[in-house]
Amino acid sequence: MAGLEIISDQGYRIDGRRSSELRKVCARMGVFTQADGSAYIEQGNTKALATVYGPHEVRKGRGKIQHDRAVVNCQFSMATFSTGERKSRPKGDRRSQEMSMHLRQTFEAVIVTELFPRSQIDIYVQILQADGGNYCACVNAATLAVIDAGIPMKDYVCACTAGFIQDSPLLDISYVEESAGAPFLTVAMMPKSEQIVLLEMNSRLHADNMEKVLDLATQGCKDVFAVLDRHVRDHVSESHALMTAS
Amino acid sequence: MKEVPMSTCEREFILKAIRDRKRIDGRQTYDYRRLKVSFGMERGCCIVDLGDTKVLAQVSGKIEEPKKNRPTEGSIIINLELSPMASPAFEPGRPTESGIEMNRILERNIRDSRAVDTESLCIVAGEKVWSIRADVHVLNDEGNIMDAASIAAITALSHFRRPDVSVMGEEVTVHSPEDRDPVPLSVHHMPVCVTFAFFDQGEFLLVDPNRSEERVMDGRMVVGMNMHREICTLMMSGGMLLVKEQVLRCSQIATVKVAEIIELIQRALDKDAQARQAGEKCGFAESVPTNKITTNRKEATAIDTTAAAQQASQVIQEAGPVDKPMSNMLVQAPGTVQIGEGLVNTWDVDDEDMESEEKEGREKSVTNGREAVATSKPTERKRPVKAVSHAEGSDSEEEETVMLFQGDDETKSTEEPDSTALMQPSNSDKPAKKKGKKKKAAQK
Repeated sequence: MAGLEIISDQGYRIDGRRSSELRKVCARMGVFTQADGSAYIEQGNTKALATVYGPHEVRKGRGKIQHDRAVVNCQFSMATFSTGERKSRPKGDRRSQEMSMHLRQTFEAVIVTELFPRSQIDIYVQILQADGGNYCACVNAATLAVIDAGIPMKDYVCACTAGFIQDSPLLDISYVEESAGAPFLTVAMMPKSEQIVLLEMNSRLHADNMEKVLDLATQGCKDVFAVLDRHVRDHVSESHALMTAS
Repeated sequence: MKEVPMSTCEREFILKAIRDRKRIDGRQTYDYRRLKVSFGMERGCCIVDLGDTKVLAQVSGKIEEPKKNRPTEGSIIINLELSPMASPAFEPGRPTESGIEMNRILERNIRDSRAVDTESLCIVAGEKVWSIRADVHVLNDEGNIMDAASIAAITALSHFRRPDVSVMGEEVTVHSPEDRDPVPLSVHHMPVCVTFAFFDQGEFLLVDPNRSEERVMDGRMVVGMNMHREICTLMMSGGMLLVKEQVLRCSQIATVKVAEIIELIQRALDKDAQARQAGEKCGFAESVPTNKITTNRKEATAIDTTAAAQQASQVIQEAGPVDKPMSNMLVQAPGTVQIGEGLVNTWDVDDEDMESEEKEGREKSVTNGREAVATSKPTERKRPVKAVSHAEGSDSEEEETVMLFQGDDETKSTEEPDSTALMQPSNSDKPAKKKGKKKKAAQK
């Protein structure tokens, strides 16, 4: 892939987007019947599924019970067929454990756990196709799933990546751009209050460029929020229409 | 072993101190603890002391086959070990979540930021490459393992020398250290992590939290930076909500701190290089200072007392006439003096009677306008009771021995200064008060 430029002369990226454009977001809520809440999201070619069970009684390990709030349990796994080459360890390796922990911390900060003492909320996320922005797709899918489950949250959590290649910030990094070695920043935030829940950065980024990239990521999160919010409202009004019609 | 939970009052105390911009160990908010970098005999072995946190890093190299998708690059592996040796809170075996997070941050900091050039580790493309492994062991956990580990890892990688390899056609010869001098790794830059601890939902932040501050904090942010002001890694998590300005401010603070730390690392590396070159002994045995008290003996020192005697006589002369005869004083026992008449020796009467007497005495003294208050029960002290002055501006604040007797207040008000005090009765407030406090402290 040596000949491929990340940004062409006209300012188009490999997939034809401009530097501050998000990939196409498709979302579906209520995909599974067993789970209390479920959602499926596609961000470009990255596909993620999320299911939420809870709040229910703490099953494993009575030591985990918190007397004043609910325990959030997250599990992240990538399907073996999700990457270009077959992935031998879908979960249990360090990267997956780190992702699970980050997801858990993100949602513990956002879900109003004080309403459900001594209970547990399970969030399971599965990546079906990984094309960059895995963590973001997981967070967005899990947000929708938690909303579908009816668990109260302080605000939506929207996540987005922003990178810095050839002196210009790029929004929503795809896998090709990621593997080019450029620095990229993953931000999960609550869009209305602009409070950052999780911040993660890889590779080298000069401190002066930090603000630009952070601003772009914030803007990206707000755009994602707009899409998700519209989808949730459509979904709810559809379901309502179906219920009242019959 | 489960960690002992922190008591609420200790937690509140630490939080309150932080809100007052104070830290328990006396540091400023952006101060690091004492940082010491030392090296072992082997190349690539480094111990970092950050306050009491002790971390050891050892780098080793092996020749292996490269990864399929990267045939011309060697590999760098960083492994962080949290053993129960560091703290009873760590369990042997599987690493905890926080251990994994720290490991990942270290990996991202050094490996993903290309601190060490992996292309130079290639020997024969597609067949043989160097695989460099840095094992970081935490020896003692007193807070902020992350920073200490990052310093240890990058310093050890800079200190390490790998055997020289020459390739002649198909032949690969690995030269032993005696044959040819080992070759250093090519370290492009030195990324160092700076940890920020947040309290009160991001309102207060500290740099380099120690163990108790870590247990009380809301969340943390780790910023990995190098000398060129490039952020190599950034991790903020822990259920805390921050805004953009806080993140930017932290990166600015990190810039300053990283510059200091890297300077220190450079100095340590240079010193070690000089020592090795000069053929001096180097290694841990040399770097750990010998804190020994071999003997403790004091000579009898002669004190010049001539001036003291003169001063004493002067004081007595200037003391002036004594208004009331001091014959009131009765020495009951060594260290116990009674001034004034006591009706009865009430030392072996019931406590109740003593308390009521004490209270009466106190009330009377308060109503009289005197500031002195008896501070403790007589049964507890054999020495004369020192009065605490809550003065509002009374002129004579001489120390007095408050006697617990139902005597008149008049006698109290004209009591003489304590016989044990060799100081002049002065009328000005400040000096007397100071002396009083000093005496009180001395007594205590």
